[in-house]
This record gives sequence, structure tokens and C-alpha cells, in this order.
Amino acid sequence: MKLANSSTTAVSLVEASLKRIEETKDWHIFTFVDKESALKKAKEIDAKIKNGEPVGRLAGVPYALKANFLSKNRPADASARILTEFISPINATVVEKLDQEDAICVGCANMDAFAHGSSTENSYYGPTKNSVDKTRVAGGSSGGSAVAVALDCVQFATGSDTGGSIRQPAAFNGVYGIKPTYGATSRYGVVAMGSSFDCIGFIAKTAPDLDLLMSIAAGQDPKDQTTLPDFYGTSDTKLGKKAVGYIKEFMDSSALDPEIKSALESKISILKAKGYNVVELSMPALEYALPTYYIIQPAEVASNLSRYDGIRYGFRTKELNSSGKNSLDLLYEDTRDEGFMRENKRRIMIGNFVLSSGFYDAYFLKAAKARTLIINEFNKAFEQVDAILSPVSPNPAFKIGEKVNDPVSMYLEDVMSVTANLAGLPAVAFPTGTSKAGLPLGLQLMGPRRSDKNLINLAKEIAS
Amino acid sequence: MEVTEKDINHLAKLSNLSLELAEKTVLKRDIANILKYISKLDELDTSGVEPTYQVFEMENIWRSDDIKSQDADREALLSLTKEERDHQIKVPKVL
Repeated sequence: MKLANSSTTAVSLVEASLKRIEETKDWHIFTFVDKESALKKAKEIDAKIKNGEPVGRLAGVPYALKANFLSKNRPADASARILTEFISPINATVVEKLDQEDAICVGCANMDAFAHGSSTENSYYGPTKNSVDKTRVAGGSSGGSAVAVALDCVQFATGSDTGGSIRQPAAFNGVYGIKPTYGATSRYGVVAMGSSFDCIGFIAKTAPDLDLLMSIAAGQDPKDQTTLPDFYGTSDTKLGKKAVGYIKEFMDSSALDPEIKSALESKISILKAKGYNVVELSMPALEYALPTYYIIQPAEVASNLSRYDGIRYGFRTKELNSSGKNSLDLLYEDTRDEGFMRENKRRIMIGNFVLSSGFYDAYFLKAAKARTLIINEFNKAFEQVDAILSPVSPNPAFKIGEKVNDPVSMYLEDVMSVTANLAGLPAVAFPTGTSKAGLPLGLQLMGPRRSDKNLINLAKEIAS
Repeated sequence: MEVTEKDINHLAKLSNLSLELAEKTVLKRDIANILKYISKLDELDTSGVEPTYQVFEMENIWRSDDIKSQDADREALLSLTKEERDHQIKVPKVL
């Protein structure tokens, strides 16, 4: 990370970032740029440095906030129409922590509305384009965050990962991304999606940058009761077994792109050459990970998105008075119809279906039980290995428009990444060269809960 | 499973969504496809398995009964509403 100091001013770092944001406008990365406030903060940091006062560990570092993070007096619309008039009354805990370390937010990064998607095409503002090929998707849902880092608009970006939303766009753009252990970082002040999966993490250019960001962001937060007492950097940081596994069923999957498969095989050789014991793991329950996720997650989405009512969050339908409709139910229904994207509606309706009387046992309860079997399978694997190496998604970045109208094919993007979310495991995506067509390829390392730092270290050791 | 227009209307009602006819048609097709996909779970034997709702076995944490100041002030929250009167949020007629 390039920090402000006595020879480099924070103002120059911010100006370079703003210039780059301007140059990369075609990629459609930012939904809001906060030029004035970024420059104001940079001047304050420069004054501190000049006066010899102490500055934070991220002094003057420009960063992008994924658009679902609340940052006081800034928009936080999660790229969703229904939140376009919402101005944050509070700071997310992570924003507060970054602020205390003197990082500088330069703007909000585009995403799939409410983080529902794997391409950023579900944004109300339209898609962000892939950093190396503008006809392809950025990945998602943290597509804006990944492209902002890949194209050097910022040194890092925040992200949220419910089923792969940090790791898949990181892989599609050749950068690093961490989805921490569930509960490692506070979710307070981030627009909720699937509460038993949601994790707050980062996208950056290097593994040490992720390490620094995690050491700042991790820790218990009284405002998020699912946060764990801080373990980052204090838990065991050794790979005790010196063993890494790969999942047979993923390796043999007919959906796996051959170039990703060979990247995986070449990393296995590197691990062996470095003295790691490489273990083939058979994990048959993972075949059910995606259907399990696409039952529980929409159920949680339906509950979390029920709050958007046209009353407390800014946007409301304009139909109300002109059409003579004037009841509370119609206000809700029309506001939600206009304010949600189609994918939001699909998930809300599926969620209400799997939770509704008559279907609850067959879908939601069944999925909750399948989740236990998936967790058991991971627990068993981690008796043998310290970490599991796997693809992030079966393929590199696909074409814009290719999957957006076929929800099941878009969901299949998450088939390998959701496994970590179902079990609450940390996972680190790292770049591993490019395909013959020049597209970035990425892999991920998953580990037992609280092994976040081990995974970052291992990713650093074996990345290209 | 088959998804009927009646099912879509019921789900739209549960979801508080007023859908146009054209969108209902698309959602009917999409939801049928998604349900078909997630029904794959029927193959999996889960008899005798306990469900997981939270990955960490957490219990309620009680805080001391002190009043803590909230991050957001009343004015900032009220400014997000379309209509207010005397610090009350105004909504359409309910009854």
C-alpha cells in the first residue's frame, strides 16, 4: 500500500485516484465520486504529517466503498432504485475503522442491486465492465470494487460476500479478495442480504494489503451481535499439518473450464514442490451446496428486504396521488414493484415461497439440514488438511448479456464459492495468471474458521 | 413443480409486489426454473440430521440495561421520509 508521508502527500494520492477514475469512466465503476470530501480529508492528513503528529496505518490511501456500505451523509443505495434517495445517517463500523486509520473514501462502487447477482448486470445503473475486456462482465456482486482496484482507481475497496461476491469479481479481474470467517468483521451499517452468510471483506492488489486491512477491520462489535472476539493475528498462524486438499468433485466437474483446471493442477505441483502434502478430498455433499444456498439465502433476502416500504428509505412510488390509489398496501406494493430489480423480485418471491406454510419443511427445513451435512463434510476434511484449494467459479469472465436473463445459469456461477459461506469459512481468492484469451484466472483457498491469516499467507506463498 | 398464475399472484401478495402482467409471465417461467433446480435437494437423505440456522453456536448476549446514545439522530432519520408532521411520519389512510 502506498501511504502518505513526508515525501508523498495525501492530496497527491487522492488527485491521482480522481484522475484515474475520470480516465476509466467507460468501465462504469463508480456510482458516486466524493471529490470534495476526499480532498478535504487529504489536506487534514497532510497537515498532521507536516506537524509531526501521528497518522493512521492507512494514511492518505484512497479507497472505494461498495455501494451497500453506509457512510455518513453519503448515498448508500446498494445500486438499487429503491434506495436512490437514501442518505446514510450513520457510519458502518468498518467505515469508522478505516476512517480512524486515515484511509480516504473517494466514492461508491457499482454492484448488483442489493448484491443479488454474479455479474454487476443487475445494477440499477447498468453493468460495470471487466477490467481487461469491456465486452465481458466485471463479476459480482462487488464488480465495481474489483475493477476499481484492478484499474488502479484506488488501492483497495470494500466488499461484501454472501455467496462469492468478493471472490468471483476478484478472480475475474486478477486481484486478491478475502471473505473472512463469518463474524470476523462487523456487518453493522452494511445493507443486509442473507444474514447467516453475509461477510464483510476487502479487495486489494496484494496479499499483505489484505492482511493489513483484516488486522484493522476484524473484531467484536457491540452493534453486531454475530461478531466474534478478535482472533485475527492472535489465533494459530501455523499450517500445522502442512497439508492442502483439493476437491475431487470440483476437479472432475464437466463445467470446469480447462484453463482453470490446469491452473489448479499447476498450483498443486507448486504446493508439492514446497513440501506440502496434497490430499484429494471426496466431498459428495457439496453437490447440494448450490440448491441449499438458493433456498436459505432467498428466505433471508425476503425477510431483510421486507423493510423497504416507501416510507422510511426515501424513494416512494409517484403513482400514489395521481391515480387516486391511496391505501398503505398499494403504497408498499407499487413502491416495491418500481424500486426493485427483477432479480430482487425473484429472490423475494422464492424466499416467501420456501418459507410459506405447506412448503417450509420440504424446502427451508430441508436446506437447513443439508447445510449441516455440508458443514460436517468440511469438518471432516479439515481433520486432514489445513486448507482447501479450489476454483472460485467454473469459468473466467463471461460476456455481458450471456446469463442475465437465465437466473439458474447465473446462479451456477456461485456453485464453488457458496460452499465457504454455507459453512462460515474464510476464503481468499488470488490471481493466477491469464487464459490464452488474456482473461484473468483466479483460484481460492478455503480453511477452517478463524484461519483467515493462514490463508492470506498461503495465497501469498503460492500465487504467481 | 408447476407454477400457476394463482401461485404467482399469491407470492406477489406475500411479497408486497404489484406486478404488471408481462412481468408476471416472465417471473412465472423463472420461478418454475429455479424451483426445478433447487428441488434437486430432494435426492439428499437428511433423515436424523439437525438443521443449521447459524454457523456458530451463539447464544443471546444480553447487554446491561443502560440507555446508550444512538448513532443516528431523529432529524436525520425523519429527513428520509417523504411526509412528516410534528415529528411523526405520515402514511396513507390505513382504515
